[in-house]
Amino acid sequence: MQSSAAQELEKPLLSGADSVRRRQTGLSQILILLLNDKASLVAITFLITVAVAALFAPVLIPESAVTLNFDLRLLPPSLTSGHLLGTDPLGRDVLARIVLATRVSMALAVVVVLVSVAAGTTLGMVAGYYGGRCDDIIMRFVDVVMGFPSLLLALIVLYALGSNVTNLVFVLAATRWVTYARVARAETLRLRHFQFVEAARLTGCADITIGARHILPNLMAVISTLAAMELGGVVLSESGLSFLGLGVQPPAASLGLLVAQGREYLQKAWWLMTFPGLMIFLLTMSVYILSNWLGIAMDPVQRWRLTSARRALSVKS
Amino acid sequence: MATYILRRLVQSFFVIMGVVILVFVLARLSGDPAVLYLPLEAPEELRQAFREEHGLNRPIIVQLGSFLVDVAHLDFGDSMWQHRPAMGLVLSRLPLSLELATATTILALGLAFVFGSISARHPLSFIDRLTAATSLVGVTVPSFWLALVLILVFAVRFRWLPTSGTGGLRYMLLPGITLAWPPLGSMAQVVRCSLLEQFSSPYITTARAKGLRERAILVRHVARNAAIPVITVAGQVFIGVANGAIIVETVFGWPGIGKLLIDAISRRDFAVIQAVVFVVAVVVVAINLVLDLLYVAIDPRIRYQRLK
Repeated sequence: MQSSAAQELEKPLLSGADSVRRRQTGLSQILILLLNDKASLVAITFLITVAVAALFAPVLIPESAVTLNFDLRLLPPSLTSGHLLGTDPLGRDVLARIVLATRVSMALAVVVVLVSVAAGTTLGMVAGYYGGRCDDIIMRFVDVVMGFPSLLLALIVLYALGSNVTNLVFVLAATRWVTYARVARAETLRLRHFQFVEAARLTGCADITIGARHILPNLMAVISTLAAMELGGVVLSESGLSFLGLGVQPPAASLGLLVAQGREYLQKAWWLMTFPGLMIFLLTMSVYILSNWLGIAMDPVQRWRLTSARRALSVKS
Repeated sequence: MATYILRRLVQSFFVIMGVVILVFVLARLSGDPAVLYLPLEAPEELRQAFREEHGLNRPIIVQLGSFLVDVAHLDFGDSMWQHRPAMGLVLSRLPLSLELATATTILALGLAFVFGSISARHPLSFIDRLTAATSLVGVTVPSFWLALVLILVFAVRFRWLPTSGTGGLRYMLLPGITLAWPPLGSMAQVVRCSLLEQFSSPYITTARAKGLRERAILVRHVARNAAIPVITVAGQVFIGVANGAIIVETVFGWPGIGKLLIDAISRRDFAVIQAVVFVVAVVVVAINLVLDLLYVAIDPRIRYQRLK
């Protein structure tokens, strides 16, 4: 709100063309930053490739790749046989199965992050805005969830309620919302006393309007960076639960489940376990690198530091 | 100080109570024990007798009350699978888990201190970059996959180390590495940052001006001040180990409480599951309490008082 008010003030001073050029340089500056950072560039290329493959998997993967064919059992990876990453004990193509499993794992992770962002941000804002008893109760609860091993919590809840997709999303979100709650609370505590919030209150805005229209937009930058980083963590948690047999259930496939199934063939067919796990690793790593970069690119101060450091380096050399 | 300890003890009590009640609610949500435990073809009279015997036909509040009394006596009932008291079973496995957790924490702390102090001394050096890369891998690698890859390379391919089981250091090496890797990187970074911060403080200049030797400065002045953030992370590491241990003990067949939990889950043995959760809750709460007290022992400036 504050920044948009500042823009309103600036507008008459700048001609239209000027402000457009300024915005363009802002965007292209970020793009140049991305092109200069090799690790982030590789990460985003990988993620886009995987996302496209996962989205269009039904079109890309021929029926024959995932039908049972006992003539093609346990073929090792090769460039010539048409099965780049080999085949599984039922003659299905490992690469095709990985793509299908990635589809499940990524969709789950996105839903979990959305649910936990919504729950955590709301509760954090309520705690920070109202304070007092309400703050105490919510934050003690956050402490308990944070202090307790999340995998153990997820395991017993899934065991008791049974593992299906809804429960899996619920359990993962229940262990993940606390981070957002902490950040949202801290930011709300700071924003609460800003003049634009007090002005909104004076004009008679309801609490819910103040929260949604005036505080929430100011939280979005930090929450979205955090959410990007958490995406990798959720993929890891889900694959761990699926590996232990309490996550995604067969015949559906998730990456963790593929590793668990490949584990039986550790001696005979190393590729069954290795490649799905490698996929989890690369996926999480790319998300992590990218969210780190995003955090820097979104923050004007850090961005300036990065570009000026590069300038200093190029002057030196 | 005494009031602080008292307050923390009360708080810990409520956390453990919360966990116990959660477990009780989950036990009831998971289905009627008279249906779960008796064979499918059991007649209704038998089920009724089972309910009578285990007090399942009493009001739910009364059941919760008697459950809490049992928990206070550390009585979680008998394991359906091993036919012995669940608590005794868990306690007999606990030392093995603690052994692994302690070894892991020492390994991670030791390596983190070596890597962290070298990279603090030589920023942007090879070791510094290696530390950063190690921490990135540690945060993003799935531990169950890391465990399997280590088994594949060191146990299946080269046959240097056993694939699973217990008995001596050889068996502990692969599980220890798998557990220590994820927290290692972030711990090394914390050591590095807090050392860098301390070495640039004015009191170090004073100590140097007095003519103290570097070793005395490091041990007497820096180590203490740098220890606080490191201990905080070490506490999180221990909780993380409790998490990772479930997976790592399962993969390496290490007969600790993590493996016990997974075995109990696959055999639907709720008494053992409850006992494991209770023991883990107690251990975690106790560690957090000890850490808070350690802060005071290390840094006398920290006083826990209510600010009014």
